[in-house]
Amino acid sequence: MKVHEYQGKEVLARYGVAVPRGRVITAAEQARAAADELGGRVVVKAQIHAGGRGKGGGVKLAASPDEAVEAARKILGMTLVTKQTGPEGRLVRKVLIEEALPIDRELYLGVVLDRSEGYPAMMASRFGGMSIEEVAASNPAAILKAHFDPDVGMLPYMTRKLAFGLELTGDTFKAGVAFMHALARAYADTDASLFEINPLVTTTDGRVLALDAKATFDDSAMYRHPDIAAMRDLDEEDRLEVEASKYDLNYIKLDGTIGCMVNGAGLAMATMDIIKHYGGMPANFLDVGGDASQERVAAAFRILLSDPSVRGVLVNIFGGIVRCDMVARGVVAAAKDVKLSVPLVVRLEGTNVEEGRRVLATSGLSLVVGDGMADAAEKVVNAVGRTS
Amino acid sequence: MSIWVNSETKVVVQGLTGKEGQFHAAKCREYGTQIVAGVTPGKAGLQVDGVPVFNTVDDAVAATGANASLIFVPPPAAADAVLEAADAGIEIVVCISEGIPARDMIRVQRILQGLPTRLIGPNCPGIITPSQCKLGIMPGHISIPGPIGVVSRSGTLTYEAIGQLTALGLGQSTCVGIGGDALPGTNFIDCLEAFEEDKDTEGIVMIGEIGGTAEEEAADFVSQFVSKPVVAFIAGQTAPPGRRMGHAGAIISGGKGTAADKIAALKEAEIAVAPTPAEIGRTMQNLLESLNLA
Repeated sequence: MKVHEYQGKEVLARYGVAVPRGRVITAAEQARAAADELGGRVVVKAQIHAGGRGKGGGVKLAASPDEAVEAARKILGMTLVTKQTGPEGRLVRKVLIEEALPIDRELYLGVVLDRSEGYPAMMASRFGGMSIEEVAASNPAAILKAHFDPDVGMLPYMTRKLAFGLELTGDTFKAGVAFMHALARAYADTDASLFEINPLVTTTDGRVLALDAKATFDDSAMYRHPDIAAMRDLDEEDRLEVEASKYDLNYIKLDGTIGCMVNGAGLAMATMDIIKHYGGMPANFLDVGGDASQERVAAAFRILLSDPSVRGVLVNIFGGIVRCDMVARGVVAAAKDVKLSVPLVVRLEGTNVEEGRRVLATSGLSLVVGDGMADAAEKVVNAVGRTS
Repeated sequence: MSIWVNSETKVVVQGLTGKEGQFHAAKCREYGTQIVAGVTPGKAGLQVDGVPVFNTVDDAVAATGANASLIFVPPPAAADAVLEAADAGIEIVVCISEGIPARDMIRVQRILQGLPTRLIGPNCPGIITPSQCKLGIMPGHISIPGPIGVVSRSGTLTYEAIGQLTALGLGQSTCVGIGGDALPGTNFIDCLEAFEEDKDTEGIVMIGEIGGTAEEEAADFVSQFVSKPVVAFIAGQTAPPGRRMGHAGAIISGGKGTAADKIAALKEAEIAVAPTPAEIGRTMQNLLESLNLA
């Protein structure tokens, strides 16, 4: 689960991670009081769930409260387009007003689960402001790593090693070490899956702070963090994906024209792949889950078809424990229920497949039965027309 | 021969009294698996379809000699269930539960290091040695005994591959679903190593997907240590970066974990990569024929 920058900083601050003082506002005029309180010179930052905000015009420096109001007026309500939002951009509903800091150096600090090691890794680099992927590609030796056990935290020698690597000295060395210990504790205690502090800044008065903060949390662990779960901002998520999640459907909207309904995530990805192989483009990823009951299939159809670019639907179900005849009845009932008007290709395999095919054939629906994945994909692509 | 489970395997089902546990335990028994005990804390003395329930895995092992466990415990308690099984000396633990927090799995993996217990999963369909032992939720009837070992991160896509192999008359030694999480207990390399050592496995099918670098590491292992023919498929060639495709582990992030990278690594290791998910079985058949093994 992603949260906004201001929320991530709020969580970090609870663990003693140093962050700039700031206020979140939703109306431009509120910027004046916030800037006054923060010392006049402030940074006005758009709050959306995407990076690259500065380049898109979503971050502005204001030298006075008047300028802060002016900047907030420009940013609030704008549709911010960054390299992570896609061309449609994202509407800015909130801005963060933060104190401007006397910045000395810009560094990078991140924490992420390293699957190969089975532990989180804290990563540090002297090149703040750059994406860590770019640094990894151009100068891998510049990324310092320390793996830690979340039950233990970062050990003193680990934080020292990273702080020396970042060339911190004096007060900033001490502040940097404290920052890293606090960040590791926050990561473990909040079930975070990613923290990215880019840039981490040192100030001319010897402090170390998170100038930006990107935080992502483990969805599976949110049951034990109701306070963080409450930070979810549905405005930042795709409307159809939110709707799908209500039915426990795993749906991700894509750019193509062929709607897919599949049981199982791996098979759903493979189905997208084979559609592409035959010259079509999938409109979505959709995993209806193991049981593919009539209710869920009906909900899945409704969600698929509310995407106006869908011009045909492929249902690919490998009935394992669940019987194909039950799935077939669910598909038929749901298709009638939603008055399906685009070509439908159904491929069923597994237990009771013969009975399942008979149910489809005698349904009165003008659906096409696919014989195997390849045949089904080819048929739906032919029905919709090749796009690639 | 087979890997890890066979007709001798005796199974305790943790969470047997739950709806899923009871349903799938019955399916496993129908298949011929020896389900000898169940565990649900506080429900000792109960019987589920004639199977005795115990309060602890220790009690179940002492009374029945169970050496494998199948876990259907809700995710908040599942990591604890795995560790309880390991502490009781269970050799093979299959955890079906989906949605275990990553932090819990970090702890499980750290504690299991150095213990003889093998964890398969979590969030997986389980393991099957055809006609001998089904320890999981996969359909049993699509498998037939034979020489092909199957290892996969997926569920229904594994069934698809098994179905294709069976339709071509290529039976399976053992099929392992290692699960779609970021931190699986058993990985590709563990399975490849076991299949390489298993004298009745003549070919290996490996089904990966986007996310992480497990397939690249497996490719490296194959090129160094696996002499048997290997066929692979990678799901998610059309997946966009930054979006989690259902499985916790299936996400392209930081430019890593793309299908293209994985396929390149597999080909580099001289693994035959199936061009589409519909051709996994056929690719293995062609490979075996070209090697005069079929």
